[in-house]
Amino acid sequence: MNFPLPDFFPASAEIFVLVMACVVLLADLFKSERQGWLPYLLTLATLAGALAIQVGTAGADTTLTFSGMFVDDRLSDVLKSCLYITVFAVVVYSRDYLMARGLERGEYYLLVLFATLGMQVMISANHFLTLYLGLELLSLAIYALVALDRESARSTEAAMKYFVLGALASGLLLYGMSMIYGATGTLEISAIARKLSDPATNMDVLRFGLVFLVAGLAFKIGVVPFHMWIPDVYHGAPTAITLLIGSAPKLAGFSMAIRLLVDGLPTLAVEWQQMLMMLAVLSIALGNVVAIAQTNVKRMLAYSTISHMGFMLLGLVSGVIELRASGDIQLSYAFGSAMFYTIAYVLMSAAAFGVLLLLTRAGVEAETLDDLKGLNRRSPWFAAVLMMVMFSMAGIPFFIGFFAKLAVLQAVVAAGYLYTAVFAVMLSLIGAFFYLRVVKLMYFDEPLDTAPLVASSEMRALLSVNALAIAVIGLMPQSLLTLCATALGQAMK
Amino acid sequence: MTSMQKLYLLVPLAPLFGAAIAGLFCRVIPRWVAHSVTILGVAVALVASWVIFKDVQAGNTFNGALYTWATSGNLKMEIGFQIDKLTVMMMMVVTSVSLMVHVYTIGYMAEDPGYNRFFSYISLFTFSMLMLVMSNNFVQLFFGWEAVGLVSYLLIGFWFKRPTAVYANLKAFLVNRVGDFGFLLGIGLIAAYAGTLNYAEVFAKREELVAMTVAGTGWPLLTAACIGLFIGAMGKSAQVPLHVWLPDSMEGPTPISALIHAATMVTAGIFMVTRMSPLFELSETALSFVLVIGATTALFMGFLGIIQNDIKRVVAYSTLSQLGYMTVALGVSAYSAAVFHLMTHAFFKALLFLGAGSVIMGMHHDQDMRNMGGLWKYMPLTWITSLIGSLALIGVPFLSGFYSKDSIIEAVHFSNIPGAGYAYFCVVAGVFITAFYSFRMYFRVFHGPENFGKAHDDHHAHGDDHHGDDDDHHDEHHGLAPGQKPHESPWVVWLPLVLLAVPSMFIGYYTIQPMLFGDWFAGIVTVLPQHDVLAKAGEHFHSAAGMAMHGFTALPFWLALGGVVLAWVMYILVPSLPGRIAPLFAPITKVLENKYFFDRFNEIVFAGGARLLGRGLWAAGDRTIIDGVLVNGSASAVGAVARLARGIQTGYIYRYAFAMVIGVCLLLVWRLGFK
Repeated sequence: MNFPLPDFFPASAEIFVLVMACVVLLADLFKSERQGWLPYLLTLATLAGALAIQVGTAGADTTLTFSGMFVDDRLSDVLKSCLYITVFAVVVYSRDYLMARGLERGEYYLLVLFATLGMQVMISANHFLTLYLGLELLSLAIYALVALDRESARSTEAAMKYFVLGALASGLLLYGMSMIYGATGTLEISAIARKLSDPATNMDVLRFGLVFLVAGLAFKIGVVPFHMWIPDVYHGAPTAITLLIGSAPKLAGFSMAIRLLVDGLPTLAVEWQQMLMMLAVLSIALGNVVAIAQTNVKRMLAYSTISHMGFMLLGLVSGVIELRASGDIQLSYAFGSAMFYTIAYVLMSAAAFGVLLLLTRAGVEAETLDDLKGLNRRSPWFAAVLMMVMFSMAGIPFFIGFFAKLAVLQAVVAAGYLYTAVFAVMLSLIGAFFYLRVVKLMYFDEPLDTAPLVASSEMRALLSVNALAIAVIGLMPQSLLTLCATALGQAMK
Repeated sequence: MTSMQKLYLLVPLAPLFGAAIAGLFCRVIPRWVAHSVTILGVAVALVASWVIFKDVQAGNTFNGALYTWATSGNLKMEIGFQIDKLTVMMMMVVTSVSLMVHVYTIGYMAEDPGYNRFFSYISLFTFSMLMLVMSNNFVQLFFGWEAVGLVSYLLIGFWFKRPTAVYANLKAFLVNRVGDFGFLLGIGLIAAYAGTLNYAEVFAKREELVAMTVAGTGWPLLTAACIGLFIGAMGKSAQVPLHVWLPDSMEGPTPISALIHAATMVTAGIFMVTRMSPLFELSETALSFVLVIGATTALFMGFLGIIQNDIKRVVAYSTLSQLGYMTVALGVSAYSAAVFHLMTHAFFKALLFLGAGSVIMGMHHDQDMRNMGGLWKYMPLTWITSLIGSLALIGVPFLSGFYSKDSIIEAVHFSNIPGAGYAYFCVVAGVFITAFYSFRMYFRVFHGPENFGKAHDDHHAHGDDHHGDDDDHHDEHHGLAPGQKPHESPWVVWLPLVLLAVPSMFIGYYTIQPMLFGDWFAGIVTVLPQHDVLAKAGEHFHSAAGMAMHGFTALPFWLALGGVVLAWVMYILVPSLPGRIAPLFAPITKVLENKYFFDRFNEIVFAGGARLLGRGLWAAGDRTIIDGVLVNGSASAVGAVARLARGIQTGYIYRYAFAMVIGVCLLLVWRLGFK
């Protein structure tokens, strides 16, 4: 049997992360008492190294490897770079919290690295199997992370729920994939797209499979009615893990949507866009309205996530896909706006949970709205950071969230869905209430807890940088918008 | 940008810099830094203005944009300067009077806790006023217009702990909104029909504009636009019936009464109409409107000056009356005479105000004239300079006020547009009134029996100019104690008086020939041949000295003399006379004391009507519809939905799974079921 050696070069970042994950495992095993910081530093080094490799090997071309199962293109370069940066920030923000609770062990770092690897694989998937492989690697790592605090009944309950529902969603996704395979006879994404124009393909089977694909995807990014795990898991997981779940996987989820739907099933766009539109509208409505009734900040941010992901979907829904005669696919800028929205959301989410982590210390969980009262007295700067995040999430100019919403809404209006845009704006207005309530609590209420904030200086610095990014990109959004648009455009060639 | 353009930019920016330093750091910098930096800024502006003045005199004018601020459709909004002889004259007046007032303030505000803030405000005012006069377009004009209004508002309410000051600045604010409404309508009409906001471009289209009418009404466009613009000028330059804010603005500290409410800001309307002369010339209706309003202000506001007992209020009513004279000059197309009077008035009225301020300081912040008298012995410099100011005001030949006021009267005499007869009567009668109230004040303050130092309990009833912020020592600082004598003010106070007295005496003599009868305003002020009253007056003009000599034989001089003599008789010769004849004039006095019932009318009709309307809208619109249905209604609806959805989120895993399965089924039915 002739088995040619595949080209490993496009996957060098993945390989590096995998090797380093093993190194962290060994280092954790053999480290001495005084070397507690070793896994932490090694993890950060891994992420920084992966970023360096990703940027260093980034080329203008699209490269397929591993028999067409793995793709290295501009889109994957951009998304993965964001991914490393996000996970880097997550690890830095989380350390104090985990140490205070005795959770800062080797497993955490190992699992975070495996989750990262899973997301990398998802982002670079050009094959349903690769995609599923990455998704499961990510999910399994996260199930374990949610249950990291084995003593906590709430955490284990959340992990159990997530695991069972996640298994159900995986089943739906796999079932959909098998239907697509049945209709087209292939699992390779670019090959499926080519098969679609074949008149012999059974479109009903395709449509049937598509519903299940959309359901699986909807669970992963958490939109109505596949959202119900989100509040419970965000609430139940230790805040550091919520931070991880609430940030980086959104990038992978976006990539999954692009690979499955835009890359794989472009001619079925009318079908999946109709479905996603429904899900998006429901998510925006439910997320913004229900968040108002929450008293727990983590739950509130969970519902906020649901509405933000609905918004992101609106960008996908408004995209127009044009098949060129040459076989190239031309994409409208709407997809770019969805990508921008995702990146913006990840930035905001990381900063929001980061401030929550900052407020916790040994024995004190900061997760209800009352814990935010009078934050301005305790730390004017971090109150300002959280205010910027809240303003940005509410879509107030001139923060990044405003331009993300603006770009998506422009795309929605350009696609002719005027009433959808009006509806989204109205509900964003309702949603502004709970974001601004946080600001009001921080600035106008008396603090219940006057203890000073304790946090490492690297966390303070990184959180400040994170908040400044929200403000600065909000002032100069054009370059990131252009980057998103070109990355997507290039990925489709 | 050429070096001259940089210099143009320096003129407004230097005071702005001073204002920013003094304002932003007002809590940390010591007083000498605040006054040094602002005075330096204004001095730089003055020197730069002088250089520009010389440059313009040599024939180098400038009109162009330095920066495009915004573009909306075809409408460009630019920051631009128009530097010509009118502009440089205004720049010189603004910067020189401002510099005098800055120096004066060091002495006048010495004890006030808001010292740095005050310097910041007056420098900011100087910047705004310069932007206004240097503008070459309506947007920047409007910016300057509103900015000077803002600073005026801030300064009238400078002692914001005094309810009367807060009332006065609110009143100034509201009345000016009425004027600005007209002003904006005027600018809007011009922008809509001319399609540009640049002065020169608008003027170039004036032949087209004059043929247009306002769509839907049939009104001639230029008449409507000019009356709109003039309503703005009525607000800012305090013409009847929008004059009511100016007397109350005396609640502010005296230096700003001199700078803003006498010399510069209130003349912005006069300046603006002069700038717009190419438009106003084409509408005789608008000119007549201007003329009648101005004449009414000139005479009837003078009457009010007669019955005031507060030294600052007398000067304030005198300002109103003089602004009326300038407006009359605009109405008869004697724009040059209006601006000429603006300039001379700026100097002698600033002098009178600062002199009044010096008296108030000497009297330890008592401003009631009934408690003064015989001050000439104690405050010789203030006495002499005030006398010069008063003589200039009443128009004694050779002093600058004579030239400007007599020119206006002559111009009205030659005019034959509708209303000119009435205006001529008003301005001539006004001369007598002016002389009477000016010397009534002069005699009561500087001559006659010494009334100060007596125990007086009624001073709380008046708008005393005391420093309201520091309660700990204001009681002892309130008027002179028995036996205490007034004293001359420090040099920073009397030096500006002396420096202002010089132009009050001589500037008219030296500038009347070029400004009125020469070609100083050629190409800037447009006058139609049939309106050119100054040319007719110019036929009789041979030299400034000749005009003054002729002035001694003319009617206005004898009227003025009559006013002075009457004041002398009533307040020096027979001091009991006013009390004896008072019953004869009781009905008139009552009307005057109530200021022709303008305030009462406004309070009942406008304020009352607005309150009624507001209450109605609040009850019907706000409370019922907005609060009841929209705000609380939507809030409770959202709350109900949120509780419902929260109820579904039970935490039972089978329900979650069930929701997912239902979702998939619904999607399947929706996408496949109806095929």
